Amino acid sequence: MNLGPHAEFIVAAYAVALFVVAALVAWVTLDYAAQRRILGDLEERGITRRSARDSQ
Amino acid sequence: MPVIDLANPTRFLALVNRVLPWLIAATVVLLAIGLYRAVNAPDDYQQGATVKIMYLHVPAAWLGMMGWGIMNVAALGTLVWRHPLADVTGKATAPIGAAFTFVCLVTGSLWGRPTWGTYWVWDARLTSELVLLLLYLGVLSLYWTAEDPGRGARAAAILSLVGAVNLPIIKFSVDWWNTLHQGESIFRAGGSTIDPSILWPLLIMALAFTCLFFALLLAAMRNEILRRRVRAMRLMQAQSLAEATS
Repeated sequence: MNLGPHAEFIVAAYAVALFVVAALVAWVTLDYAAQRRILGDLEERGITRRSARDSQ
Repeated sequence: MPVIDLANPTRFLALVNRVLPWLIAATVVLLAIGLYRAVNAPDDYQQGATVKIMYLHVPAAWLGMMGWGIMNVAALGTLVWRHPLADVTGKATAPIGAAFTFVCLVTGSLWGRPTWGTYWVWDARLTSELVLLLLYLGVLSLYWTAEDPGRGARAAAILSLVGAVNLPIIKFSVDWWNTLHQGESIFRAGGSTIDPSILWPLLIMALAFTCLFFALLLAAMRNEILRRRVRAMRLMQAQSLAEATS
């Protein structure tokens, strides 16, 4: 593939897009793991939501 | 399941857990096809290979604007019906919309340097797109800095409704003003002016980016619902501790 005389601009554009998408994916993945961990800790200590208690 | 049931966060979470894997799979498949078609698409007769930047720039621009549209609908849900899922939608959309708008601006700038001879001009389209990014940052700062999440969500909802004025300005800026940015070339009366060999990869990339946007949005909404559950449980814990010590 020949990107011509402006290859560095094309490569930079794709690199920026890849970096931003990777950052977004990392953000939602790590945040999900963190929230699940905190919820698990709280439930282990016997703390439950009112609605969860009502449904039991 | 009736649509109204999805307003219940627990049922919404169940739906997200079912839909998200399919959405991720669709994103991966469409991105693979779109990138393959983009790499193998012919160069433009004027722009040369820099036309390949368009496969990122145009979908990012559309989704940055669509994100603000989603926030507008969510803002109505927050202000009129005071529904918590509307707050969740607005708060989850803002960073994703801001990221796509940022990609649009950076890739546009990298396209502009070899094509126009400059990274930036204070042209109506570019400036209104920059205003969109600043509005996103404003909404994010309201969500992140408000001490009371409810007040922060209402303030962010008002700002997002005010900022809706910018959407038609972005869309029609190339018609209303004499801009360096090219005019509408895809969805226009009389059909697209882009050759199908370039248009099809662009449309596939746009579909892939749309799937990516919604996959990220659903995942971020799920996280926000869980964060609110954590907050509610911590408040209950603090309340029961206060009652036990009094």
